[in-house]
Amino acid sequence: MNELNAFVTRETVDPGEEGALSGATVAVKDNISTRNLRTTCGSAMLAEYVPPYDATVVERLLGAGATVVGKTNMDEFGMGTTTETSAFGPTRNPADPDRVPGGSSGGSAAAVAAGEADLALGSDTGGSIRCPAAFCGVVGIKPTYGLVSRYGLVAYANSLEQIGPFAPTVAEAAELLDVIAGVDERDATTRAPRREGESYAAAASGDVEGLSIGVPAELVEGADERVIETFETALSELEAEGASIEEVSLDSLSYAVEAYYVIAMSEASSNLARFDGVRYGPATESDGNWNEAFAAVREAGFGEEVKRRILLGTYALSAGYHEKYYEKAQDARAWIAEDFDSALSEVDVLASPTMPVLPPRLGESLEDPLRMYLIDANTVPVNLANLPAISVPAGEAEGLPVGLQLIGPAFGEETIIRAASALA
Amino acid sequence: MSDGAVTSEEVRHVAGLARVSLTEEEADRFAAQFADVLEAFERLDEVPDTEREPELVNVMREDVVREGLDRETALRNAPESEDGYFRGPPVS
Repeated sequence: MNELNAFVTRETVDPGEEGALSGATVAVKDNISTRNLRTTCGSAMLAEYVPPYDATVVERLLGAGATVVGKTNMDEFGMGTTTETSAFGPTRNPADPDRVPGGSSGGSAAAVAAGEADLALGSDTGGSIRCPAAFCGVVGIKPTYGLVSRYGLVAYANSLEQIGPFAPTVAEAAELLDVIAGVDERDATTRAPRREGESYAAAASGDVEGLSIGVPAELVEGADERVIETFETALSELEAEGASIEEVSLDSLSYAVEAYYVIAMSEASSNLARFDGVRYGPATESDGNWNEAFAAVREAGFGEEVKRRILLGTYALSAGYHEKYYEKAQDARAWIAEDFDSALSEVDVLASPTMPVLPPRLGESLEDPLRMYLIDANTVPVNLANLPAISVPAGEAEGLPVGLQLIGPAFGEETIIRAASALA
Repeated sequence: MSDGAVTSEEVRHVAGLARVSLTEEEADRFAAQFADVLEAFERLDEVPDTEREPELVNVMREDVVREGLDRETALRNAPESEDGYFRGPPVS
């Protein structure tokens, strides 16, 4: 199945111990550090980079008995919604090889959908787990900010991103979340989960009796009609099993994409300054001074989307524009968080289509960056508000998978796992 | 730049600040795309000022010496090193 191009590196790492994941194969997104195993971030800049240590999540996987089967393809440094910006070529969607698998964790989702791994890890900065889960027809969870350690995750926009699981079913995704969640002294933003039951896996009971589900109008309007139809069919399934559905409205959400891209690009422009070609990165021939050599290696090592985001981020943070863009984006972020808080005090979870469109054809999205950014409308609000969300298969439209997203309150993973498990 | 039009020169100026060399074609293409993206960002003007005092707590821990990477391992990914140091281009 090499034609899917789900993996950048296929190499097996055997577990050190027996545990909850003994016998399971896990694919790991290629921005998560693996000791002595190349970690490229889908970039020519790190084509030869071999980390000297494991990310905390990888330590936990191996400690739980999982076998790592390789590093999965991704949009370069996580910057993309289709896995087409990878320096290692696009990944194809197992449901239709002429279409993209979504991104940026497209390789992880495709590997699980095609059975090339039982489970996978991805990272989600603005939808990078939920989007490919939806497009490939698997389950993906973006945990609450602070639930899973980011130690060893190569940073793109650290105030927004979390590592999370992919699996064919909600129960299996929850089992993997049980293994990776928890405080890590090497990531000061981690917090202890407030868990009601024994484990996340135990929450996957499929019981939605009495659950109230709010549907934000802003996240349904404007979506592809075939997506809406599939989404509504899945909602009526939940209703038939005892959930109640009501429409809600969150005015702030219509500013989420703009706020997200200002913040993500600003953080990226700072985070990616470390790629200077001195401590790692390709050797260059430049005879110039530090600044010239630095600029030359970044020209050679970064792809176009990465350059675009670094430049736009640099611009948004520059003198005279900082207040106009960055400060307003932070206002929008706070407003969105407040809106979610008040909506989630009325209902248990919020539901929307994960993606407003069906998976695009390969090559269709690259010409117009703004158009690609806009299809992240339903996923980015969750990252801005630091909340947990899950994408679960809702059904198919024209033979293509459609995902349903459930959003819960901070550290409310059990609630969204319970609700989603009624569907898959 | 904020009045919609973005010139290739402005893109090259920002690229200089960010230390990223660009080809002529890239600078031209980015100029057109940045105009679109920045125009979309203008919508943020409509966002109301929001109270955002984060609840922050200092978290302290003991300063304890423990093992880190040895020098050889830390230098392993560097394109060039010399006498146990990273080797970079001249600073000026």
